[in-house]
Amino acid sequence: MIEALEGSQALARAVVLCRPGVVAAYPITPQTHIVENISKLVADGVTDLELVSVESEFSAASVAMGAAAAGSRAYTASASQGILLMSEVLFNISGLRIPLVMHCANRAIGAPLNIWNDQSDSMAVRDAGWIQIYCADNQEAIDSTVQAYRIAERTELPVMVCVDGFTLTHTLESLELPSQEQVDGYLPDYVYRRSLNVRQPISQGTLVGPDVFPEARHSHHQALINAIPEIERANADWAAVCGRDGGALLTVEGDPDAEIGILAIGSTIGTLAEAMEEFPDYPKVRLIKLRVFRPFPIEALRAACAGLRKLAVIERAFSAGMGGIVGTEVRANVPGVTVYNYAIGLGGRDIPLTIYPRILDAIAGDDTRFQILDVDLSRLPEEDR
Amino acid sequence: MIELRIHGRGGQGNVVAAYLMAAAAIKEQRYGQAFPAFGAERRGAPVQAFVRIADAPIRRRSQVAEPDFLIVQDQALLHVPGVLVGLRSGGGILVNSVDSSEQLTEQLGHPTIAFGATALAQRHLGRPVPNTALLAAFLSLSEVLPLGSLAAALSERFKGKVLEKNLSLIEDAAQQVPGGVWRENRND
Repeated sequence: MIEALEGSQALARAVVLCRPGVVAAYPITPQTHIVENISKLVADGVTDLELVSVESEFSAASVAMGAAAAGSRAYTASASQGILLMSEVLFNISGLRIPLVMHCANRAIGAPLNIWNDQSDSMAVRDAGWIQIYCADNQEAIDSTVQAYRIAERTELPVMVCVDGFTLTHTLESLELPSQEQVDGYLPDYVYRRSLNVRQPISQGTLVGPDVFPEARHSHHQALINAIPEIERANADWAAVCGRDGGALLTVEGDPDAEIGILAIGSTIGTLAEAMEEFPDYPKVRLIKLRVFRPFPIEALRAACAGLRKLAVIERAFSAGMGGIVGTEVRANVPGVTVYNYAIGLGGRDIPLTIYPRILDAIAGDDTRFQILDVDLSRLPEEDR
Repeated sequence: MIELRIHGRGGQGNVVAAYLMAAAAIKEQRYGQAFPAFGAERRGAPVQAFVRIADAPIRRRSQVAEPDFLIVQDQALLHVPGVLVGLRSGGGILVNSVDSSEQLTEQLGHPTIAFGATALAQRHLGRPVPNTALLAAFLSLSEVLPLGSLAAALSERFKGKVLEKNLSLIEDAAQQVPGGVWRENRND
């Protein structure tokens, strides 16, 4: 049934459909509505999950980690500074190979203080050893949430489902939630092999010395690489259940024969897709939506870029003093393609349809240096331009 | 596709108005999208929200820069820079105001309907919240969606007395403006 739902409201229902036993979160805009809506569902008796109020994001992640380790499906969510406060725990969760799912309602990081959307938060923890899925729209966010639990529990890796704050979380649109039967049929009961059990005591998180630490790290890295087929399978199996296919690792649209491509991550893709139709004087491009950023899908990316001469990578974060994050990784992995790299929409700056001709004009030249494409340099002192 | 921009002040139910309009479209088996432009969220501060209604899935997520219509919940906002920016030529402005429509049309250079939504809301709801009355008036003027779709969207969001009062408010509001006069101003 198609419903008119705000992104956060739909995500709360999607989480509850996955039957977590424990939810722990600390409010931060624009994530707050997700957990608020979960608490409403608890109050309304829709679910009997344990909602734990905590005093910080550090505790939220710790409670979720402990619950998942103790044998309960668990959930948390955060954004921005909250993700940073969680970051120590995020590394522990993945290092302990605990299957947890969280939403990151993507938001900029201060200073300067800014509550609006970009992806600096999830990108700042890209090396935390989590699977990261970036959603193009709210329907994909719903479906990715359900898939995330399947992926996490099969791979024993935590999954961060990234949804652009406000742009998705606070947008009401036509959405379809799966039925409880569909989710139950797709997602088996939570099983964690190393679940904490007083009858069979084990130690977790013990000191690991130089004698085995590199092996532990290798095994974590390999687990992420090995997660690629699990992510593809989770998507294909879910598509078979509900008839919707948000794309597994990435999807390609536009002109498949174009020698020029644009790659984007998150909700920017829809604007680019419609803009491609709105500017008939500009050629259509091959539009690549990168859905999974960790593990980085090298093979799928190379296949999607085959035959491209130029590729513009568009992202909503960057590494100050270096340049684009996604762009740098793409450039390192698509030999023979000239990669241009732009950040846009930082701190919630609106991404208008005119960004499409602007990108195509920018890549007409040879300058492949990273740029914040929508920056207004005239507002900066000479030495900062 | 029809694009609206709703201007109001924090506390006037601006975001809810946008959500209700998009939800009404979805009730009609059309596609709807609504989202706010959040600023510093406090009562009284100028805020805006956007609505798109279309017959195909809406994928763009840019703010509505060139609206077909403006709904302005507080007349004083007409003097705030940027409120009228981008309105398509021939596009209509619905203003919560007790002034004359002719005078405002002349002043603003766009077809403008003044409608005293606050007093009407006060009468029906006992509170000066103009948003649902303005939505009903807009639907009556533009005939973009039937009034029943707004009633259906309201029924999903509100219950009991609040719902009843809003339903009687929108019935009344829809009668207060000339029906269908903006049919030709539509761009869909």
